[in-house]
Order: sequence, then C-alpha cells, then structure tokens
Amino acid sequence: MIALSQYLIFAAMLFGIGIAGIIINRKNIITLLMSIELILLAVNTNFVAFSNYLDNATGQVFVFFILTVAAAEAAIGLAIMVVLFRRKNTIEVQHLDLLKG
Amino acid sequence: MGNNLLTLALMIALLPLLGSLIAGLGGRYIGRSASHSVTIGLLGLAFILATYLFNAIVLQGQPAVEGVLYTWAQTGNYQFDVALLVDRLSATMTFVVTFVSLMVHVYTVGYMADDPGYQRFFSYMSLFTFSMLILVLANNFLLMFFGWEGVGLVSYLLIGFWFKRESAVFGSLKAFLANRVADIAFILAIAAVMKYFGNVNFSYVFSHVATVVDQTVTVMPGVSCTVITMICLLLFIGAMGKSAQVPLHVWLPESMEGPTPISALIHAATMVTAGIYLVARMSPLFEFSVPSLSLVLIIGAITCLSMGILAVFHQDIKRVIAYSTLSQLGYMTVALGASAYDAAIFHLVTHAFFKALLFLCAGSVILAMHHEQDMRKMGGLAKYMPITYLTFMIGALSISAIPPLAGFYSKDAIIEAVHLSNIPGATFAYVCVMIGAFLTPLYMFRALFLTFHGEPRMDQETLNHVKESPWVVLIPLLLLAVPSVIAGGILVGPMLYTPTKLLGDSIFVLPQHNVLGMMATDFAGARMLAVKAGAHCVLWIALLGIITAWIFNLRYPALAERLKKRFSVLYSIIESKYGFDDFNQLVFVRGSRKLGNFFYLYTDLKIIDGIFVNGTGRFIRWFSRVASRVQTGYLYHYTFAIVLGLCAFLGWLIIGA
Repeated sequence: MIALSQYLIFAAMLFGIGIAGIIINRKNIITLLMSIELILLAVNTNFVAFSNYLDNATGQVFVFFILTVAAAEAAIGLAIMVVLFRRKNTIEVQHLDLLKG
Repeated sequence: MGNNLLTLALMIALLPLLGSLIAGLGGRYIGRSASHSVTIGLLGLAFILATYLFNAIVLQGQPAVEGVLYTWAQTGNYQFDVALLVDRLSATMTFVVTFVSLMVHVYTVGYMADDPGYQRFFSYMSLFTFSMLILVLANNFLLMFFGWEGVGLVSYLLIGFWFKRESAVFGSLKAFLANRVADIAFILAIAAVMKYFGNVNFSYVFSHVATVVDQTVTVMPGVSCTVITMICLLLFIGAMGKSAQVPLHVWLPESMEGPTPISALIHAATMVTAGIYLVARMSPLFEFSVPSLSLVLIIGAITCLSMGILAVFHQDIKRVIAYSTLSQLGYMTVALGASAYDAAIFHLVTHAFFKALLFLCAGSVILAMHHEQDMRKMGGLAKYMPITYLTFMIGALSISAIPPLAGFYSKDAIIEAVHLSNIPGATFAYVCVMIGAFLTPLYMFRALFLTFHGEPRMDQETLNHVKESPWVVLIPLLLLAVPSVIAGGILVGPMLYTPTKLLGDSIFVLPQHNVLGMMATDFAGARMLAVKAGAHCVLWIALLGIITAWIFNLRYPALAERLKKRFSVLYSIIESKYGFDDFNQLVFVRGSRKLGNFFYLYTDLKIIDGIFVNGTGRFIRWFSRVASRVQTGYLYHYTFAIVLGLCAFLGWLIIGA
C-alpha cells in the first residue's frame, strides 16, 4: 500500500518540474506547453490521491474535467503556436516579448 | 413713539443707499440731471428726517431708543444683530453728517459739471453717506465695523475717482492700506470684547464694565495690562487709522488727489471724524483705563503740533487744508484724552462746518483757476471772487479761534480742558495745543494771503478767465458759513456746561476726570466767554499767528527765504514731512516687495511649483520608467514573479498561522 504522503510528494515533484520547465525554458514553446501539461497532471495526481484517501469519488470526476480542459488547451495552444510561427517566423520564447513595457 | 424714531433712523440711513443705487445702476439711463436730482432729493429728505430726529432726541430730550431690525447671524452663544441705537450722540452725528453731505452734494453739481463720471460720483457720495450713517447709528461693534469698512471702501473709490491719474491710484491705495493696518486692531478689539464680555452690544458691554475691570491679561511674557486697557488701545489704534493720527496719518494728504467735494465730505467733515466718534462712544471703557487716555492725549498732541507745522510750509492749497485737518483732528484727540468727550464732539461739529466750508472755498478757487492748486500761482483773487473770499475768511477766522466764531468756543474749551486735566502727559499736550493755536492762524492766513491778496501771479490767460463760481457752488458756501459763525455760540452752553448736557448719558466720565465739570463752574454764558476772551492768552496767540502770516507773506516775503536758508536742516526735515513717507516707502513698501519677491521666487516657484506641481509629474514619470522595466514581456519572468508571490503568500500563511 502506498502512503498518501508519497503520492503528494510525487505530485509536488511533478509540479516543480513543470514550473521549472516554464521558467528555465528559453527556447521552444512546445516545451512550455508540455510543462503546463505536467503541472496539470500533478494536480490530477493530487485529486486522485485525495479521492482515494477520503473515499470520495468527486475528486476523480474532477480529473476527467481537467483532462478534457487540458486536451482542449493543448489543441488551442498548438494552433496559436502555428499562427505565431507564420507571423514571426520563430517559436523561441526569448524572442516573444511583444508585451515589453 | 420709540419705534417710530427707530423707523425714522432706518429711513435716514437707507434713503442715501437708495439714491446711490439709482444713480449708480441706473445713471446711464436716467441721465445726469436726473441722477443728481434723485440723490440730492433723497438726501434732502434724509436731512429733514435727521433734523426731526435731532430735535426730538437732543433738543426735546426724548429717551434713547434701541432696536433690532434683523438678526444677522447666530453662532453658539453669540448673536449678531443689525440693530440701531438712536441716542443723543448718534442723533447729533446723524444731523451733522446729513447736513454736510447735502451741502457737498449740491456743490458737486457745479464743481463736477464737466466730468464724464458725474453719475458715478453722485452714487459714491450717497453710498458714503449711507456707510457713515450706519457707522454712527450702529448699536453694536460688528455693525459699526460694517459701516467703518464701508466708509473705508468708498473713500478708496473716491480718492481714486480719477483713476487715469497715476497719483490718484497711488493715493487711493495708500489710504486703503493705512486704513487696513488700523482695521486689524479694530477687529482684534472686537474679538477681545467678545471674549471678555461675551456680547458685542454697546449697552451690554458698558453695563458690564465692572465685571471685567479688575481682570488683567498677559500680552507678552512679562508684560501685562488690564483687559480694559488692551481693548482701549486696540480701539484707539483703529481710530488712529480713520482719524489719521501720527503715524497712520500718511494717507490723508495723499487723499487730496480726489475731487475737492470729496476732500470736503470725507477728509474734513465725516470719515475722519469716525475715529473721534468711536472713542467718544467708547467713553465708558476709556474712562477706566488711564494709560489709554494718556496715550490718546499724547498722540493727539503730537499730531496737532507736527501736522500744524507741516501745513505752514505747503504750497498746494488743498494740502494745506488737509494738514490743517490733521492738526484739528489732533485737537479732538487731545480732548478725548483729557476726558473732555463733549468738547471733542463739539469741536468735531464746528470743525465739520468750517472745514467743509474751507475745502469748498478752495474748490471754488481751484475751479476758477482751471484746476491749478499751487498757491504760488494765485494771488489777488479777492476782487474777482468776493463771495468765495468772504466765506474763506469766515472759515479761516473760525478755525483760528477768533471770538465769537464757532471755532473759538470749541478750541478754547479743549485748551482749557487740557490745562485742567490730570492725566499723565497733559502738560506736554497743553504746550502742544498752545503752539498749535499759534500755527492754525499762521497757515490758514498764509493760505488766505497767498490766494486772495497780493499781486496776481498767474499768467494773463488764466487771469482773464478768473470769475466768481456759479451759484450752485456759492450757495453751499453761504449755507456752511452760517453755522461756522453761529454754531459755537449756540451750542457751547448746552453742549459743555449745563448740568443736562446735550450729549447727556451717551458720554460717561468718571468724577475724578471731569474737567468740563470744573470748567462749568466758571461758565457764565456764551457771550461772556467771548467778551472775556481777551483775558485768555489763546486769543492773543491766534492774533500773533495772523500777524506773523501777514509779515511773512505780504509785508516781507523775502524774510521767509532768508529764514529758510538759515535753518536749512530744519527746513529739509519739514520738507520731507518728518520722513514718514520715506520711512514707509523704504521699510513697508520696499520691505513687503522684497518679502513678496522672496516668497514668489522661493516659496512659490521653488516649493509649490517646483516640488508640488511639477515634482508630482516628474516623480510619476520617473517611477513609471523604473516600473516599466519590470514589464519585460518575457513569459518566464512573469511566471517567476507569480511563483515567487505564491511562495511569499504561502510562507506568510504558514508563518502567520
């Protein structure tokens, strides 16, 4: 039997990797999208772990919603990325600073 | 009956205001002659009512009436009313003011005939009369202050009436500022009265003097005086401004820039007497403060003497009379200081008549000379202008205290009162008024001789046009000459010496100060006073003055030049008017300009503009430039900031819990 804390530590590590991926990554937007997926998965893991721990199915229902949203988001993200590449001819994150003040 | 008199007093005050409004606002539509008809008509009505009031209150001795017309304001425990007090003092003043004002109005019809500002002039004069009447009729400090300020404002407007002349604008500003300085003291006095008495009504204050008389107040650390003294000193400083006592006298000669009728109305007969009236009205307060009386006495004496000397040396006919006014105001102030309030008001009344007469005569001369005021360019006018000459002579004799003219009785009473007074400083004042009695005929007859006698010194062109003034100018002269001759003899007994005095209970004198009471024991009728005048040295001093004037100006004119060279230092001091003007110019005008410049350059430009106004803009621009560097546009920077913030909040949550 795996303890709850181990699930939570795993999820936290996944979350940290995701965040680090976003912050450290300077090159590819695709990596960025993947990092976001990782963060979402970490959250999902938490939901499932607590659902099991508390004997409550609501958490697992939420996981389905999140997966759906994540899929949609990935699709939109990739679409935006394609348009972005057409306009700017690059998908490197460090060149995308249109919002610079 | 009492209420009727109150309504009457209200009408007397409001009729000139109505005239002023009609002439001022509607003057353009109703034309010149209608303007003067309206103002003179309404003022004439006011004069008739004032005569009735004078008769009822003063001559028939009806009791004083007092009544609230309207509650002006009510704050906390204080109530300010528009309320009138008609007693013997105010009825007398109302009579004098309306009479002189009416004469001046009539005179103006001739004097200002060609002036483009004709209607405006009449409007101002009626407005002035209104303010003066309010000042006189008020029953509390605040309403009196309203009239006081109204008078100051209109005098500013009238001195600067010819506003295209720079000297007139300068003079009006000077008058306004000198009066402001004094008004501050008056306001402080009102504040002190409110603090210590809790009420601004005259009757309330006067009946509660006993509760305050023992209190003292510390003005500065180590300097303390009684409350009454403080109030009296502040009131007197206020009076010094309006009544032009040294050192606040500087505005009065300057006010001669206004048209001559105004000089007669404001700066001889009415406005300048406001200060005298104030102190006389406050006699129940001043009586309990010997230091204040002493100061009043000394200031009056200094003014009387120093301004009399200046009058001897001036060449401008109007300025000679202006300095003479200052000197005579000094006499009145001296009388106030000697507790001879009745004598001060008596001299005020007679002076109002003969000084208005002198000014209007001077105006008549100026009119004939085509607005030339320099006496060196006149001379020999007696045969061209006999009526003006005659009336001027009456005025000059009256002011010189030659019996049995009006001035003799009042001035003699003042000198005698000062002689008997035991207030500290009375001896000094006595010497000053005695010398003043010599100076008065000296400068007045100098003006008379230079203007009307000797060889004509004007150019031929002017001489050909010299003629007697029109009747509308001469009638007021004749009408004013009458009281200048007879008012003294008629009023001296009832006003000063009989047990039931004309001013009655309006004036309060402590028994130990009652110099007039002492003099009353010797009094044996006005005629006896005139007959026995030879026994007083005052008459001989006055005659000496006339003879001196004759010697220096007609007999041996060269003598004056020789003396002038001999005592050149003294002469230059007098020439510079004792340096008051230079001092003011140097210290107050230059000083306040420098102060203003300093505040402009440093406080305004540097602090307010530099730091607050532009500084705010500059700071925002600088801050936004710095803050905008945070907005790099890189996603990972934003994310990093979010995570940091999240950590910070979490940390706060954990540690805080």
